[in-house]
This record gives sequence, structure tokens and C-alpha cells, in this order.
Amino acid sequence: MNPAHDTTTPWIEGRFEENVLLTTIEEATNWARQSSIWPMTFGLACCAIEMMATMSPRYDLERFGAGAFRASPRQSDLMIVAGTVTYKMASRVRKLYHQMPDPKYVIAMGACTVGGGPYFKWGYHVVKGVDLVVPVDVYIPGCPPRPEALLEGVMRLQDKMQAHRLAKKKERASKSKGWLRQIGQGLKSFTRAKRTDQKVSDELPIPHHSGYAYSPEEQTPKFDHHLYLPKKK
Amino acid sequence: MNFSEISDTLITHFGDLVLLHKAEVGDSWVEIPKDKLLEVGRFLKENPQLQLTYLNSVTAVDYLQTDPKKLKRTSWEPHIKVVYHLSSLFLKHTFVIKVTLPRWSDEEQNRLPSLPSVSSLWSTADWQEREVFDLYGVEFTGHPDMRRILCPDDWAGHPLRKDYTPPQEYEGIRCH
Repeated sequence: MNPAHDTTTPWIEGRFEENVLLTTIEEATNWARQSSIWPMTFGLACCAIEMMATMSPRYDLERFGAGAFRASPRQSDLMIVAGTVTYKMASRVRKLYHQMPDPKYVIAMGACTVGGGPYFKWGYHVVKGVDLVVPVDVYIPGCPPRPEALLEGVMRLQDKMQAHRLAKKKERASKSKGWLRQIGQGLKSFTRAKRTDQKVSDELPIPHHSGYAYSPEEQTPKFDHHLYLPKKK
Repeated sequence: MNFSEISDTLITHFGDLVLLHKAEVGDSWVEIPKDKLLEVGRFLKENPQLQLTYLNSVTAVDYLQTDPKKLKRTSWEPHIKVVYHLSSLFLKHTFVIKVTLPRWSDEEQNRLPSLPSVSSLWSTADWQEREVFDLYGVEFTGHPDMRRILCPDDWAGHPLRKDYTPPQEYEGIRCH
């Protein structure tokens, strides 16, 4: 009789020989997520040639589970922005990003997407970095980056996916007390740990450029050297 | 046929309307008043001795001295030159014609200069004239579809003009 259908005996008894594995939901989710990244078939310029080379058998992106390039944003987890993003293309990039289902990740591949690249100074038509348009998880410099660099970027993205936490953060003990009280507080917080709504590290990064010339944080100087920032008129 | 033979043919047909410019280096060209452009173009294309049936490119040059130090030594007034490179694939010769335009067609610098379109003669001029319009701000009258080809439709200004300044922000994306 198959022990799985037997409700009278505990189901786990003697089943480790049958390769039963135990893990946490978090581990399993992250493992599944990071080993089946489906990138979007989306190339804008010469970096896309390197992206295709990375996909090809010589470099074999499929080793990392990221070889299934999907032709639809609705089936993909990863947008590799490979190439120069012009202002005309920026709205399309943003639309494609919004069409992707959560959780979604963005790799900025190449100098143009990292920060405008060779078009930074005189290019009237090139967005000075794709992080002005969509939030970026991994930046890969190079013009264009070698396929190995893109593989490295995918692996760093997998690290990021592995660090995803489902758990909520515990409230921390106050730091501004004496060492004895601190220990007491620490013990107290250890025994009566409150859960806050703050997640540990699963938030998508917000773009470090706000999309405007100067963000509101930059207007108020935090340190002396920030005073040299231009004042808002 | 070489340049002087082609230009002689033009001068015997059109007389003083055609201005000759012989270059010591590079291509020589003839300059044509803008209201005669279609007429001259049709002649160049359909004359059996010329047969310039292939338009290699339409482009423009913005003559504007933005450097105040060099302004004293600048002999020309600000203007725009539209350049047409023509070839005959049958007779294996090439020819260059140019048209001079003001940078603006009014004093307030609101209205773009205009020029008759040659897309009825050479259909390849359709997109190339759109590109000249997009980047230099020259309007082509009689063009079937006169709108921007490279920049977005709501883009302000014409980027390859010498006095162009890029915007601070475009649709919420900062440009600097």
C-alpha cells in the first residue's frame, strides 16, 4: 500500500530513503524563481547582438535557466534592456515594463542604458540611463558587454532573487541606552518580538534618479558638501 | 558627362537662373532659386543627355556662426542650404544642386522656411525630406506626408540646427 494514501500511520516515517526533501516556502519559491528566469525578446541596438550570442550554444544562458526568451512581456520575468534607449522608445520601454507580471526584474545592459554612454553629452535623442524610465536591478557596463558579463549579471540577479524574504522584519531594540539596559532590551525584544510591516529585502528598488533634474531630498543639504548643489529657483 | 558639360546644358536651357560654383576640392555644384527647383529637377531627370534618375540624398547644412569670436571673420549671413546629390545609373555621372533658404521665413522666427518637394520626381525624397524637416526645420510644400520621422511627434525644436538647445525634461524624463 502506498504510504501516501494511508491516513493511519504518519506519512513522513521512513520516507527520507525515498528522497523526500524538506525546505521552507521561502527557499522553494526563491529557488524556483531564480532557476527559471524568462527574459523578454527585446533588443534595441548592438548590445542585443551580444545578448543573442549569450543565448547561443557557445555561452549557453540556458545553463542558468534563463534561456527561454519569450516574445511577449506578459510571459517574461526579466527585461534585458540591451541597447540605446531613445526618448521615442522610452515610452514603449515603460509600457513593456508595465505589461510584465510581478515579480519583474530589469537588467540595464551596456553603457547607453547604464547612463547614456557615448551619447551622454551631445546626444539630444538618447535617455541618459534607462533607470530614468524603469527601475533597474542589475547594471552591466561595457560597450557592448561581453557575453560573460551578461552571464555574470544574470547570476547577480539570481543572488538578488535568493535574498528575497517572505518574512517581516522584527522590531529592533533601542540603541541609545546603556549597555546593561541594552542587553535587557535585547532580551525583552527577543522574548516578545513584535512583527512590523516592514519587509526584509524584497522591495523592488526605486530608481535612484527621480526623473527630475533634482530630487526633493537633494534640495535640503545633509552634509556641508551638499551645499554646492544648485538651488531650486 | 562631367560637371562642366552638365552645367553647360543647364545654362543653355535656363540661363542666368543657375549659379555655378566650381570647387577646387570635392564636388562642384550649381545653385538654383527655390521656385525653379521642380522645373530644373524635372529637366535633370528627363533630359536624354542627363538622365539623373537617382537621388542619392537630400540633406541640409545650417550656416550659423554661434562662436562670437569667429563672427567677425565670418563672411556669410546665417542661412540654410539644402543639398541634393543626383546620379545617373545609365550614364554613370553625378551632379550636385543646392538651394539657399533663410533660417526663418519671418522676422519673429516663428515660421519655418519652405521649399517645393521633389518627392513627385524622385520618390526616395519622401523620407529624406521628412528627415530634413525633422532635424533642420525646413518645410517641403507639396510633400505627401510632412511630419517628423525620427524624433517623437511632440518634440520641440529641430535638433541639428546650430542654435538648438535640448529640453530640460521630456515626458517626465529628465534630459541632463
